[in-house]
Amino acid sequence: MAPDNLPETTHGDHTPVATHEPIPDPGLPAHQWRPTDVDPKAERRAERQVASLFVLAALGAVGFIASYVIFKVGDNPDTIANLGASNLMLGLCLAVTLLGMGAGMIQLARKLMADHEIVEMRHPAASSQADREAAVDILKTGLDESGLGRRPLIRNTLLAAGGVLGLLPVVMLRDLGPLPGDKLDHTIWDIDTWTPEMQAWWTTQNRTLQRVVRDVVGTPIKVTELEIGDLVNAEPEVMFAVDAETKQPIVEGTQLLVDKSKAAVILHRMLPSDIVSAQTLNWSVDGIVCYSKICTHVGCPISLNERTTHHLLCPCHQSTFDLADSGRVLFGPAARALPQLQLTVDDEGYLAAKRDFTEPVGPSFWERG
Amino acid sequence: MDLDTSKIADTNRGTPATAKKPNKAGAVAGWADDRLSLGTLTRVFARKVFPDHWSFMLGEIALWSFVVLLLTGTFLTLWFNPSMSDTVYQGSYAQLRGVPMSDAYSSTLHISFDVRGGLLMRQMHHWSAMLFIAAMFVHMMRTFVTGAFRKPRELNWVIGSLLLLLGILEGFAGYSLPDDLLSGTGLRIADGLVKATPVVGTYMSFFLFGGEFPGDIVIPRLYILHVLLIPGLLLALIGAHMLLLVFHKHTQWAGPGRTEQNVVGFPMLPVYAAKAGGYFFMVFGVTALMGALLSINPIWKYGPYDPSKVTAGSQPDWYMGIAEGLLRIMPNWETHIWGVTLSWNVMIPGQILPMVLFGMIIAWPFLEQWVTGDKREHHLLQRPRNAPTRTAFLAAMVTVYGLLWAAGGNDILATNFHWSLNSITYFMRAAIFVIPPIVFYVTRRWCIGLQRADNDRLLHGYETGIIMRSAEGGYAERHLPISEDAAYTLTARQRDEVHEIESEVDENGVAAPGTRSDRIRAKLSQGMYADNVQKPTAEELEEARHHAEHSHELEAGLDHPAAGHEFDDHALRDADDVPLRQH
Repeated sequence: MAPDNLPETTHGDHTPVATHEPIPDPGLPAHQWRPTDVDPKAERRAERQVASLFVLAALGAVGFIASYVIFKVGDNPDTIANLGASNLMLGLCLAVTLLGMGAGMIQLARKLMADHEIVEMRHPAASSQADREAAVDILKTGLDESGLGRRPLIRNTLLAAGGVLGLLPVVMLRDLGPLPGDKLDHTIWDIDTWTPEMQAWWTTQNRTLQRVVRDVVGTPIKVTELEIGDLVNAEPEVMFAVDAETKQPIVEGTQLLVDKSKAAVILHRMLPSDIVSAQTLNWSVDGIVCYSKICTHVGCPISLNERTTHHLLCPCHQSTFDLADSGRVLFGPAARALPQLQLTVDDEGYLAAKRDFTEPVGPSFWERG
Repeated sequence: MDLDTSKIADTNRGTPATAKKPNKAGAVAGWADDRLSLGTLTRVFARKVFPDHWSFMLGEIALWSFVVLLLTGTFLTLWFNPSMSDTVYQGSYAQLRGVPMSDAYSSTLHISFDVRGGLLMRQMHHWSAMLFIAAMFVHMMRTFVTGAFRKPRELNWVIGSLLLLLGILEGFAGYSLPDDLLSGTGLRIADGLVKATPVVGTYMSFFLFGGEFPGDIVIPRLYILHVLLIPGLLLALIGAHMLLLVFHKHTQWAGPGRTEQNVVGFPMLPVYAAKAGGYFFMVFGVTALMGALLSINPIWKYGPYDPSKVTAGSQPDWYMGIAEGLLRIMPNWETHIWGVTLSWNVMIPGQILPMVLFGMIIAWPFLEQWVTGDKREHHLLQRPRNAPTRTAFLAAMVTVYGLLWAAGGNDILATNFHWSLNSITYFMRAAIFVIPPIVFYVTRRWCIGLQRADNDRLLHGYETGIIMRSAEGGYAERHLPISEDAAYTLTARQRDEVHEIESEVDENGVAAPGTRSDRIRAKLSQGMYADNVQKPTAEELEEARHHAEHSHELEAGLDHPAAGHEFDDHALRDADDVPLRQH
């Protein structure tokens, strides 16, 4: 850009507005002396106050060290008035130290340090017109001397190289995680998706249907164990499978959490006559229905049951689902019904899953369809 | 140029030719100045002037909270283990002993129960994070409502906005680290938000969590963001924020001798250094008090994260409250089309609206400047009443914020007040559109009313509380003029100019380019400034003074000039009859 194309640093653009009308500026009022400036007694009092605050600060620090040595953290955070003794004493002593320091310094500044206000003039943030022109000249000279303007081949290849280089960090982030594939479409209820270890364990069980077992303890559930109105948190039984030789759980650690975040279900028993939709009835056993526990909104585990209405409420964003009617959404931000798991009873009379969920569980995503 | 030959060695023998050292401190200072030019820096900056006002301390709270965050956070890193590997807790807290959990959760318990001062530092870290974000919010509102973002400070406004955004992200990352039930639930919701992104949502989720949620790598990743990347950015931006503050010099309130051209206040050394340093200790001390007395995020009560568990009444940290509120009151819209899913119920509140809100914050100074066409520098602050539309806009936004905040706790409101959860949600869905405009209107008229009151005080003086009875038997309150300083302060503001469209057509009768945007600009200018009350002109003031003198003359003609002290002990006191208040 040529210097003459520059916007002028004119008066109107940069000089701050003057506000002297309709009343002229009377100017800074005269300085007023404080009591500590004129009264030696007040001055000495302020001096004592500041010094006392600093002494208090020092005592607080000593108290902190003493508390550090004396009080055990221990396993009880509720010793004094529901507060841990160590936490309370350390915190209070630290607060006394810091507040003493702070109050002392501020009191010193307010009462004893000179309190003359100073006037400093402002200058516009913009550079002077001469500097602007010089800057443009320098940049032009630099561009000329680099020769990049005259040599488009070099310029363009440099830009291309820079652009490709910029791609590298993006490419290198590719291994942040695996591609989703169809992982979100299945849960551990589907025996076909199991790992070889799980499959090996399953062959030792000699059964075809995977049981729905209580979470935490892993015990299988008989129809008669559930009363009308009961709500039970449940998991697929493979989550509690134990290797016969090593006595170690087969699904554990991260894999267990990943599987749980999709396969967790709830069982609810109601009168078969209360069930509204035909599918819910078909997929239930003696009024016991089984639904995904993972909210279709953003994936919180749903847990609040209204026993008489068969409504289930998500504690995170209050989406409410009707367990008697295909998990239909009654209220709240969730858009889709809770996926239902088709229940049946195995040869020994325990509740079992007929098959995996027929749709992805949990929050919506683009490819879900 | 003269050469100082005393510094140049003229012999290899004897002692080096240097100036005599005056004293030890001077020697150190001289040594440093030879290398760092500290003398010049001190001369320029040590007596730098900062104006004094309580509202200028709000940003300082944010700054000092950040320092407290760095100090306490560094302490916590000495024990915290950001790993999602399995372990079995064996520490002091009996209720969780033997429970399998992640190293992150276990080491957080260790800090809380087996490191002396660990719980204090954890609680102080969390409290100062709350203070940091809250102070940034309030500081930003102060800057907004006083017009301190106007030229030349627009870029510092943008930097401040980025600081707020980064501060919130930093807070969320920190909240997620201990891997307790609440923090895991927060991540689960974040995963839902990410998955709702069109086209790439699942990919983003898998890349973030290193596979399927929750995976075993998200906490180490959030940790490095939380302790290195985001604090680094925050530090750099805070540095830039402060540099610009020093470069532009602080804004000040108008007053006698305090103009657009100067800055009046205490020098950095010693008063401001002592006050600011003392204030750091005050902020630190209050944080220590909070850490000692107010329990925050007692993660041992929540237990380790389990994707199949959640507690009723789960709440995020307060600054996430509006996102939570938006998520909760959003109607459940979802589109299924061409084999894909568009989750408007998550995208709108979780992605689009936060970006719109943030964009609006960043854009405001530029929008306002476009409407006013004011390209001048502004160093005097505006009283909120003197920018009625802007103040009303802030009030409306604060209302939106408050409503969403309440909506984010609709379950807590329902259980505490025995209200219907559904009714609260339906109410909020409507209130978010109805109440803010009402607040906007009321605040705007309120500001304009205050402007009128200011003009009344300028033109007719202040109300003395003295009732005068005229010869005809009528009663009137006596007004006395306000002091010259007060009058000047009230008038030290600009007149608003309403932008008019110059011409719809150019010289050839063709529609002029940019007419449309010009028309919008004129409309906005009309709406924002036309109703404002402008300060009186010199003539109006003169006329009012005339009028006042006239009525005083009338009063002077009364038999018994009523001083207003017929029924009190004023006559007993040894004082001149001065105006009752300094206005």
